[in-house]
Amino acid sequence: MTRIVLLAALAAAMIAAPFFVYPVLLMTVLCFVLFASSFNLLLGYAGLLCFGHAMFFGTAAYVTGWLLKTTGLSIELGILAGGLFAAAMGLVVGLVSVRRSGIQFAMITFAIAQFVYFVLLQAPFTGGEDGMQGIPRSALFGVIDLSGSLVFYYFVLGVTALMIWLFWRIVHSPFGEVLKAIRDNEARVESLGFRPERFKLLALTLSAGMAGVAGGLKATVFQFATLTDVSWNISGEVILMTLLGGIGTLTGPMVGAGVIIWLNDHLAQFGEWALISQGAILLLVIIFFRRGLVGELSALLRRRKTGR
Amino acid sequence: MATTISPAPDYALEARGLTKRFGAFAAVNNVNLAVRRGSVHALIGPNGAGKTTCFNLLTKTLQPTEGRIVYDGRDISNMRTSEVARLGLVRSFQISATFPHLTVLENVRVALQSGKPTQWQFWRSLSAIAPLNARAMELLEKVGLADAANLTAAELSYGKKRALEIATTLALDPKVMLLDEPTAGMGHEDIEPITDLIREAAVGRTVLIVEHNLSVVSTLCDRITVLTHGEVLTEGTYAEVSANPEVITAYMGGVDDE
Repeated sequence: MTRIVLLAALAAAMIAAPFFVYPVLLMTVLCFVLFASSFNLLLGYAGLLCFGHAMFFGTAAYVTGWLLKTTGLSIELGILAGGLFAAAMGLVVGLVSVRRSGIQFAMITFAIAQFVYFVLLQAPFTGGEDGMQGIPRSALFGVIDLSGSLVFYYFVLGVTALMIWLFWRIVHSPFGEVLKAIRDNEARVESLGFRPERFKLLALTLSAGMAGVAGGLKATVFQFATLTDVSWNISGEVILMTLLGGIGTLTGPMVGAGVIIWLNDHLAQFGEWALISQGAILLLVIIFFRRGLVGELSALLRRRKTGR
Repeated sequence: MATTISPAPDYALEARGLTKRFGAFAAVNNVNLAVRRGSVHALIGPNGAGKTTCFNLLTKTLQPTEGRIVYDGRDISNMRTSEVARLGLVRSFQISATFPHLTVLENVRVALQSGKPTQWQFWRSLSAIAPLNARAMELLEKVGLADAANLTAAELSYGKKRALEIATTLALDPKVMLLDEPTAGMGHEDIEPITDLIREAAVGRTVLIVEHNLSVVSTLCDRITVLTHGEVLTEGTYAEVSANPEVITAYMGGVDDE
């Protein structure tokens, strides 16, 4: 009951938000909420630390952008194509990495991401250092005009809500239950007749696809795609968002994404100090809020409940 | 008892010439072991005798250097753990092996999904596996955990975690259960109920158990194989084995837990 009330309140707040906050900032937050959730699916529910998640995000941004620029594809198909391309990438990356775990998995994904960065830097269609400019916001389903900034915000909100629902569905599915068991005790799951590496492979594919949708969406928000979106800074930032919000909590990384994007926006005027303050925040979180903002909050609420 | 060479259907699990070397060191050396169908068979021996290595070979956690393992008349030497598990040869773990963040019911339900297509269905809600709940509750009742079904596994006491593991293992309806020191690290008050549970679970199945606690072995097991230095020292009933002077020598100053 309280959950429905909270969800309704959140929906109302998000619908009203563009009248009070700069819509581009809100849309950036939404893209990163989605991106952080995709990362959370992998780290929080499959126990895999991917240190190159930006490769899915950034590559999909280029794929969506290129399709929208060069073909007359409607916007939702462009974004979907970006997501599918990223999912296929996730599958390939998974085939070579998913048998490894921990730091080895992190390093393999990092190496592949660096390789992808180099390929995109050299590929002619990306525009290299200049990035890909002038990505059009073509009509939704080929008919609904999205040129108004308010309308476009609601489109982004809708896509994000749909994908977050999908994320929630995966986590609370029969597959999700096995995935959580693997995160808790992989050897035991194997001893019960499952092939853990196949579950991780599917999780990575789904996570990459979600990250791809986030990247495609971001390309349409800013109407350009750049190498920054594929860079290791973004891979690092999504880890920071997840840690800040709370690993393994459904909403934590979303909150983390919101906080980081908002901070980046406000601290941008201080230049290098933005990075230093990010580092300081991360340290504070690691020292004082190990479970992240949402993790600590829910632990506090639980203590209250049982303490009575 | 004569050693059988031909595949005898009255043995559920057999190891023939099983050897595992780590470099020059043979942790398990030419072990022959035959577990009679429907029996509870113990593998004992002083620390460092190679029990755990032998156990890990039989459960396919380790690959043998030499030798063959035959389960139910089928050569499983080159199979993986998950494969033999689906065939009905299921192992337990020495350290507690529950899924701490899942509820007690979910722990068992995960195992019930083994071999079923639902395990891949990421697009369906949990109602797709709600039909498994009844069977999961049945198994929990069997081990006395029905009341705890909605607690997370992390909240259970050590003894109850062990009971949950048995229920999870039973979810696969195994023909052969391999138990790795099921009473390790347990207080006296927990040992008896777990021993009773294993005895109940063993009905209609074959059990191979690695165990330190000799009083558990004496009450639970039909046959005992004693390992020392990676080799079989002797095999027999508890009375036979415990009267064997070689066994007494091997254990002298060794395990004396009870």
